[in-house]
Amino acid sequence: MIESNQLVNKATSQLSYTLQIADNALIMGHRLSEWCGHGPILEQDIALTNIALDHLGQARSLYQYAAEQFNALPAAEKEKFFVSPALQSIIATGKAMDEDDMAYLRDGWDFRNVLLVEQPNKDWAYTVVRSLCYDAFNFFFYTALQKSNDETLAAIAEKSLKEVTYHLRWSSEWAIRLGDGTEESNKRIKEAVTDRWQYTGELYTMNATDKAMQEAGIGTNLDDIKAKWQERINAVMSEAGLDIPSTGWMQHGGKEGRHTEHLGYILAELQFMQRAYPNMEW
Amino acid sequence: MTVHSFEEHFEEKLDKDIAIEPRDWMPDTYRKTLIRQISQHAHSEIVGMLPEGNWITRAPSLRRKAVLLAKVQDEAGHGLYLYSAAETLGVSRDELYDQLHSGKAKYSSIFNYPTLTWADMGAIGWLVDGAAIMNQVPLCRTSYGPYARAMVRVCKEESFHQRQGFEIMLTLSNGTEVQKKMAQDALNRWWWPSIMMFGPPDAESPNTEMSVRWKIKRFTNDELRQKFIDVTVEQTKILGLEVPDKDLKWNEERGHYDFGAIDWAEFWNVVKGNGPCNKERLETRKKAWEEGEWVREAAAAYAEKRKKKAGEQQAA
Repeated sequence: MIESNQLVNKATSQLSYTLQIADNALIMGHRLSEWCGHGPILEQDIALTNIALDHLGQARSLYQYAAEQFNALPAAEKEKFFVSPALQSIIATGKAMDEDDMAYLRDGWDFRNVLLVEQPNKDWAYTVVRSLCYDAFNFFFYTALQKSNDETLAAIAEKSLKEVTYHLRWSSEWAIRLGDGTEESNKRIKEAVTDRWQYTGELYTMNATDKAMQEAGIGTNLDDIKAKWQERINAVMSEAGLDIPSTGWMQHGGKEGRHTEHLGYILAELQFMQRAYPNMEW
Repeated sequence: MTVHSFEEHFEEKLDKDIAIEPRDWMPDTYRKTLIRQISQHAHSEIVGMLPEGNWITRAPSLRRKAVLLAKVQDEAGHGLYLYSAAETLGVSRDELYDQLHSGKAKYSSIFNYPTLTWADMGAIGWLVDGAAIMNQVPLCRTSYGPYARAMVRVCKEESFHQRQGFEIMLTLSNGTEVQKKMAQDALNRWWWPSIMMFGPPDAESPNTEMSVRWKIKRFTNDELRQKFIDVTVEQTKILGLEVPDKDLKWNEERGHYDFGAIDWAEFWNVVKGNGPCNKERLETRKKAWEEGEWVREAAAAYAEKRKKKAGEQQAA
């Protein structure tokens, strides 16, 4: 009995872990997609949309996997896992979950993305800073995740890493360009770094799921990633002529389902169709 | 060569269907007509990103979201090829943007209509891109080389867009009652603006005759409109939807559909700026441009610094 409980615990932790990675990808992709048609330079509009598409593609692979993991849970666990009434009603019918159920029918408290990715685009400088901080994390995270015991996650990591390598190059180049561009761009990116820095600590803070998955050889050690992340960010910031803010208070909560006010509005838009017209094929 | 012989040489190329290239002599009016047409087309792609962009954050499934995002991105790409083609005629992209922002240059009026439901993503792909393809396929053989080559790429992607638009409509029309209603509502709103996309009737089209002679245009507005209606009405039957035209009837003798009177007063009003979204669309483009100014300046300043540094390193 103890053994089977442990197996169930592992399965639910594994599902939480997949969802946590997927949610980051979806919300980041969603934010970047808001730029489509509004970019400052046509070529950059195209580049940013490409990146948004990469994140969305990663989110899809991960949600498909999460749905598969969910569908394999024992019935009692399924009922406990999500609070969303929309999902509860699907569970009651016994229908299998799919990627869209995961993205469109969970509530804010079910989302485990870090607070950083849900922050508004605001302007090009804020967008670049958010991307740089996230891309640098993602790069080292996916690099490590390639070695995961979970073959599906390892394969997704390997495929995503090619994309993330480009994302990091893009955001690093833009951070340097803005930092070392004009007086105005320097001022704007400085402000963005100062304002967004408080959301970076959460990237490498290990929650219970991270710890359980690291122990199981599935997840990565975020302490290692923290060191690599800092080194990379320091290098880019120094080339951009920007100072790292003296580490103050860091915001947390996203990975526990406690978000900023922004996520609610993202979900209100993102989920509108599925909520207003439930149980239909699109 | 005298001016006369330059002109003869140009005409000879047109007659033999040899492409006119940027370095070739061309009549001033030919150049101007092309700049007007290509830039209008480029602007249409860029402004055309907005009505569909309106649904990217609300697409009903992850697959639809990805496809829509990729589609709107394709439009940005088309804008890019077309601005580049226009640039070969001696006008800069910034000048063309200025003309758009000041209201001097036009873009396709269809994009001044709002996208109110998800079904509009289907209707735009199916009808608007469908009409655009009818207009654009002949342009793959237009006389100006860079434009023709840009259009070959554009048309390939547009036919994919049209298929996916039709597929959205098909999914809706095979769906629930409310989905069918959504599809019919979108068809009702997009039908007439789509058939207006071919422009005013030939008798009132000021640019058609010269453009056909110069092989910039290969078919007249009315010819293309008829072809579009004939094809689209059949597709509407597959969808089980109703064309919002009570006068629509197959004419055995002509071998074409007869259709009702087009409200040209509406068309000219939308062209003149009185469409439901003219102001919004232009303001959105201007806002993106103005708010992007500091970004473009920063990129230019940084590139300049890098160049200077590289020069100094070389000197040392």
